Amino acid sequence: MSKNNWPLWEVFVRSKNGLEHRHFGSLHAADAEMALENARDVYTRRSEGVSIWVVESSNITASNPENNGELFEPAADKVYRHPTFYDLPDEVKHM
Amino acid sequence: MSEKEVKNLEEIFEARIARDEKIEPKDWMPEKYRKTHIRQISQHAHSEIVGMLPEGNWISRAPSLRRKVALLAKVQDEAGHGLYLYSACETLGISRNELYDQLHTGKAKYSSIFNYPTVTWADMGAIGWLVDGAAIINQVPLCSTSYGPYARAMIRVCKEESFHQRQGFEIMLKLANGTPEQKDMAQDALNRWWWPSLMMLGPTDAESVHTAQSMKWKLKRKTNDELRQQFIDQTVPQADLLGLTIPDPDLKWNEETGHYDFGEIDWDEFWQVVKGYGPSNKKRMKDRVGAWEEGTWVRDAAMAYAEKKEKRKNDIKRAI
Repeated sequence: MSKNNWPLWEVFVRSKNGLEHRHFGSLHAADAEMALENARDVYTRRSEGVSIWVVESSNITASNPENNGELFEPAADKVYRHPTFYDLPDEVKHM
Repeated sequence: MSEKEVKNLEEIFEARIARDEKIEPKDWMPEKYRKTHIRQISQHAHSEIVGMLPEGNWISRAPSLRRKVALLAKVQDEAGHGLYLYSACETLGISRNELYDQLHTGKAKYSSIFNYPTVTWADMGAIGWLVDGAAIINQVPLCSTSYGPYARAMIRVCKEESFHQRQGFEIMLKLANGTPEQKDMAQDALNRWWWPSLMMLGPTDAESVHTAQSMKWKLKRKTNDELRQQFIDQTVPQADLLGLTIPDPDLKWNEETGHYDFGEIDWDEFWQVVKGYGPSNKKRMKDRVGAWEEGTWVRDAAMAYAEKKEKRKNDIKRAI
């Protein structure tokens, strides 16, 4: 049995220039360099990417779904943040 | 949490799934949902990993460079599929080491099909055509399953899987149109892989203990018998095209149902293989456990090297 377990890394891939890096999945690796090499083999075997980020999973702070109410629900009744909230006559163009 | 609170949460949860909402790792979920998913996703991951073994046997024996690169790529995909699925499974709060441990101690199962030996090159064709064909039928509905990480992993898997089946069919086609010996070899492979491929889609609906719950959670979207019928209906015309005979004297088109009728499956054989008495169960586990144990020093060395590098980097920072 191994003494040490390789930590978990999250993999983000930019599929082409002009697009953002997107979460692709995760993998285990001993260090960042190996995580990058493994990510290349596991997630870009068919030209899926032009750039890879790897982040050790323990460094990610995530919001808790239990707090979704207080975090995200307030946005639901703020319709005035959307352009369709404002009544304008049809004659107004380019707006 | 009181029983009433849990019940309430369960109702909200079931309603979310019924509305086709996805469940994500940090969402509340019933313990049974978590356990069932760990069981199914890990079983699926183990199947990908063990599935590399029967094919690995033929990489160095592939008859041409074209066949060799394709087989290498396919086996590499399977390693990748195993990794996507292990990662998805780990989001449910089980570690990779626990998962490996379950496989290596025989606590977790993998697809029984990989407990059959690959004795000729034609087996590479039959596996791609039939085993991957059956796997695709099983996997496509899972792309819309309720657990987000599993569904995302399955989308990637399905995208990559179709080349596997096509390369297998191409091998069969070449052999079937080759010398009489080559055609015999293809027929022999079909004879040996046909029934195990049908069994691979799982026990009959009457025997399947998990179906009802799994359907509700969209972990399953069609029953085993429906999937099996679909597989037979789409594979028979492909065998005709190859000019090969499916080893089932009872197989015939049923005008009334619009499906093929087929003969009795030997379920005793299936359960024997599941219970560990298939022709290659012991060899597969020995190879898998051996690879893991012999790799221990490599994993340890990589970790020690990473730690040493990290320490050196910090020492330099401190010196500045």
